[in-house]
This record gives sequence, structure tokens and C-alpha cells, in this order.
Amino acid sequence: MATTAPHTGEEGTRRDFIFVAAISASAVGAGLAVWPFVNSMNPSRDVLAEATAEVDLTPIEEGQRITVLWRKKPVFIDHRAPAKIEEAEGVALGDLKDPQADADRVQRKEWLVLIGICTHLGCIPQGQRVGERLGDFGGWFCPCHGSHYDTSGRIRKGPAPKNLDVPPYSFISDTTIQLG
Amino acid sequence: MAGGPARQYNNRLIRWVEYRMPIFSAVEATIGRDMPTPKNLNYWWSLGSVLFLALIIQIATGIFLAMHYIPNGAMAFDSVEQIMRNVNYGWLLRYVHANAASLFFAAVYLHILRGMYYGSYKAPRELLWIIGVVIFIVMMATAFMGYVLPWGQMSFWAATVITNLFSAIPWVGGGITTWLWGGFAVDSPTLQRFYSLHYLLPFVIFGISLLHVWALHVHGPSNPVGISTRSKQDTIPYHPYYTSKYMSVIGLSFIALAFLVFYEPNFLSHPDNFKPANPLQTPANIVPEWYFLPFYAILRSIPDKLGGVVMFGASIAILFLLPWLDTSRVRSARFRPTYRYFFWIFVLDVIILGWVGAQHPEGASLLIGRLATAYYFAHFVIILPFVGWFERPRPLPESISKPVLKSGAAVAEAAE
Repeated sequence: MATTAPHTGEEGTRRDFIFVAAISASAVGAGLAVWPFVNSMNPSRDVLAEATAEVDLTPIEEGQRITVLWRKKPVFIDHRAPAKIEEAEGVALGDLKDPQADADRVQRKEWLVLIGICTHLGCIPQGQRVGERLGDFGGWFCPCHGSHYDTSGRIRKGPAPKNLDVPPYSFISDTTIQLG
Repeated sequence: MAGGPARQYNNRLIRWVEYRMPIFSAVEATIGRDMPTPKNLNYWWSLGSVLFLALIIQIATGIFLAMHYIPNGAMAFDSVEQIMRNVNYGWLLRYVHANAASLFFAAVYLHILRGMYYGSYKAPRELLWIIGVVIFIVMMATAFMGYVLPWGQMSFWAATVITNLFSAIPWVGGGITTWLWGGFAVDSPTLQRFYSLHYLLPFVIFGISLLHVWALHVHGPSNPVGISTRSKQDTIPYHPYYTSKYMSVIGLSFIALAFLVFYEPNFLSHPDNFKPANPLQTPANIVPEWYFLPFYAILRSIPDKLGGVVMFGASIAILFLLPWLDTSRVRSARFRPTYRYFFWIFVLDVIILGWVGAQHPEGASLLIGRLATAYYFAHFVIILPFVGWFERPRPLPESISKPVLKSGAAVAEAAE
């Protein structure tokens, strides 16, 4: 019959090994068991399924802005007038907090497509409806914490760290875009 | 919890239970005749009892509201209106629940300020204080999620702004917010998980409160003169002396709550929350509930997103370090001539921050907010350590009895 050797000295015994192995296996097991709980809080499949939306641009006149919903987020579509485009292109990149040229933010100059969520803490900036504040740079103004965006949707003043995001989209015809 | 000889009970049923599980003597040793309590506690020490009662009110009204409320983005707002209009006494349950939240926070702020004035967080009560700060944080999370449930405009945008705080975390922030939302924006999945947690967390608070009381009873409560009890002369039993004393404060709290519930039930709420949540329209001026305004002001005062979020968290987390930032060994501000003034300046500063939190973040209020934010942190990391260093405290009394009784010193000596 095997007998348990008395624990002498500093080196690990077989019992120490089994002890460490059992604790490690339990820790890994517990970690794996937590994952389904954590992942259950991520977007479910029906939420992920609402991934694309088509928008007809024909009724939007020059100078008009509309808001559409994509993935439950507001998307701003701005049919920019030439003056606004000029203003957006005329800004020196050095003046920008999040430097990005206007040309990198649009596919066609007259159509500016943005996710209408302030990159600070997620409010919807004002400027979509007639009479709302456009901010100091003629674009959008977030009333929550005072961020000002320019005519390219770039952050110019206030606490927001980044420009308004440009969603993935493509022109599927001259007058229709698909978001997502 | 205090020892002493076991009580003899006359009632046979109590004796039967007591022999198998000494719960009656445990209660007696916690809030009863066998709890020796410093004899000089003033009314500010009653707030713990008020807080316990507020928690019970919230749990009781909340359980019954949950029987009628529907946690779904399409139905939540209507179900709250259903509670207000059709459910028997639904209006009472909801107004008590909403206003008792304000009572809860008013009491917790006074409770915290009591601790700061009388140095209740100093050795050996640091852990007691830390557990208290944990309760405060869980309380804020619970209140925030509860505020989201009616699914009005303020509910929705409060949820959006607060969950977006996590998007400031570098690299993983976006993934974390999507995970918190269960979608790409605040929506029904968000509401449902908030409801689940809002129901859970009060019971977590209840559990941590028991730890708070346990830690409290190891060395007993602090007291207005801030010196430890030395003899039996310094203490009186908790019951009936403090139970009766605290009852008067509980009564006053009830009167205040009843006034709000029956005369001004919406005084502390915001008109925008009477509009159903609209993900396409942010209200022109979003403000949190009054009890979050000072922290909200700190968040907005920092002109950088990550920096604002970090300072917002730090403004609360710094309370954990308070026992070590205050270098004075004298507990009570009664004997600290310099700290006493800085304490009241700090109170004023927090009130100013509260005012700033309700204003548009532009012009003068933005500047005042920045100065007040700087002072808030300076109080903890500069003023407290240095005042403790340079201040010359007034002489402490020999015992708790001495300032209370004329011949207290003589009595205390005789007892020793």
C-alpha cells in the first residue's frame, strides 16, 4: 500500500501539484461558465438583423437636412449648399481637434451622411430642424454639454473628442443610398 | 457585538427559540438594551436609522409597483400611466417610491457630512467608512436605473448619457457600451436589464448594510467629542434612550416625505419625463435628479471626454481614501478650529457644484463649475493633509462624561 510521504523541505509534493491543478481547472471552468452570462447581454440576433436601410434622396432639396433611423440610431443626411461645402473644405487641418479633410468624409460633396450622435455622451445634436441652433460653425450644436460641429460634422469646440461618425454607406443609384 | 450575561426571558416560546438560535439577544445587543452607546450622541447620529427605514420603504413600495410595471420599451411608459390612473393606490405607491428616493439621498448626504464633521472615518472605523462608500455607490447605481424605468424623455437620455460614460474607455469603450445596451443604442433590451438590476440591487444594499452595522458594533459608534468611551459612565443603553431619540427624527422625515407626496409630488421631477422616450430628439436641457447634480457638474467641467469621466469617478472614489488623507488624529471638528472652517467651505462648494450642474454649461456657470471642481479635489488632497499637519487642536476632554455632567470627571474616576 502506498503511504503518504511526510512533507519535508521546500520542493513541491505530488499533493501540491494536484492541489494547484485542481484549483486551476476550477478557475478555468468558472471562467468558461461566466461567458454565456456575459455574452447574453450582447446584441441579440434580431437586433443584429436590422443592419441595413435604404434611403431615397430625391425629395431632399438643397440646403435641407433629414434624419433617418439605422440600427436604432439617427443618421443625418445633409444636402449641402455650395457655400457650406466651401466652408468645410476651407478649414486648415491644423485648426481641427480630430483632423480629417472634408473630402475624406463624403462620397459626393453635396451629400453629407453622418451618425447623428454626439461623440461626447450620446445626445442628438441640434441643427436638423429649421430654427434650431447650428452652433458657432454652422453645422450642429449639442445642447447637453455644449459641443459645436462644423459643416462637415467635425468637432470644433466643446468636450466631444471626435468628429461625428460617418456610417458605412454606398450609392446604389444616383438618388438612393444604402446604409450598412 | 457586545457581550455581557445572556438575558433571561420569561416567555417560554422566546426561551425555546433563544436556546436554539439566540436571535433575540442578538437584536438586543445590536439595537436594544444590551448595546452600550456613547451617552452624548446628538440628532445627527439618527440618520443611519432614517436610512434603514428609507431602504425598507423603497423595497416595500417597489415590490408592489413591480406587480404592475412592464419593462418593455413599447409598454413601460403606458404601464406607469396605468399605475398612476387605474391601479388602486398606484399613485400613492409610485409617488412614495419616487420621493422616498430623494429622502434617501438627503439622509445619506447628511450622514456622510456627519461622518466628515466628526471624523467618524478615523481609526479604528476606516473599514466601516469604506463599506459605507460602497453602499453609497450601489445606491447611486440603483437610483439611476430606477430613474430610467418610467421611459420618459429624461429617463431615456439619462440612460444614454450615463452609459456613454463607458465609451470614454480607450480601445474597449465602444464594445462595452454595446454590451451594456444589448444593441447599438439605448433600447428595450437596455430597459429590461436595468429593471432586473434595479430589483436586485436594493437587496445587495441590504446585505452590505448588515456588514456596515457589524463593523459599527465592533468599536461602537463614534460620538460628537470624538474620544473613545472609557467606562460605563460614558455609555447608556441604545434602547430606550436612542430608539426614542431617533424616533423623533424618523417622524420629521415622514412629515417631509408626506408633504412631498401629498402636496408637491412632482416638485423634484422634470416635466420632460412626462413625454414618452424619443430616440430622435434630445431635450434641450438634460439634467439629472438633484442628488446627482454636483457630480454631473464635475463631469461637465472638464473639457475632455475621458478626463471628465475619470474626474467624475474620482470625485466619488476619493472618499475611499479620506481616512488616510485626513492626517489629524483628532476626530471631532469641535476641537479642530481650522478644519471646522474648511468643512463648511467644502459644504458650500458642493452646494455650488449642485447649482452649476443644473445650468447650461456655458459662460459664467462653466467657469464657476471649474473653480468649484478644482476646490472639491483640493479639499481632499491639499487642504485635509496640510490642515492636519499645521492645525493646533483644542484640548480634548478627559472623558465623554466630563462635558456632559458637571461632576463628570469625579464620577468617572470613582468608577475606575
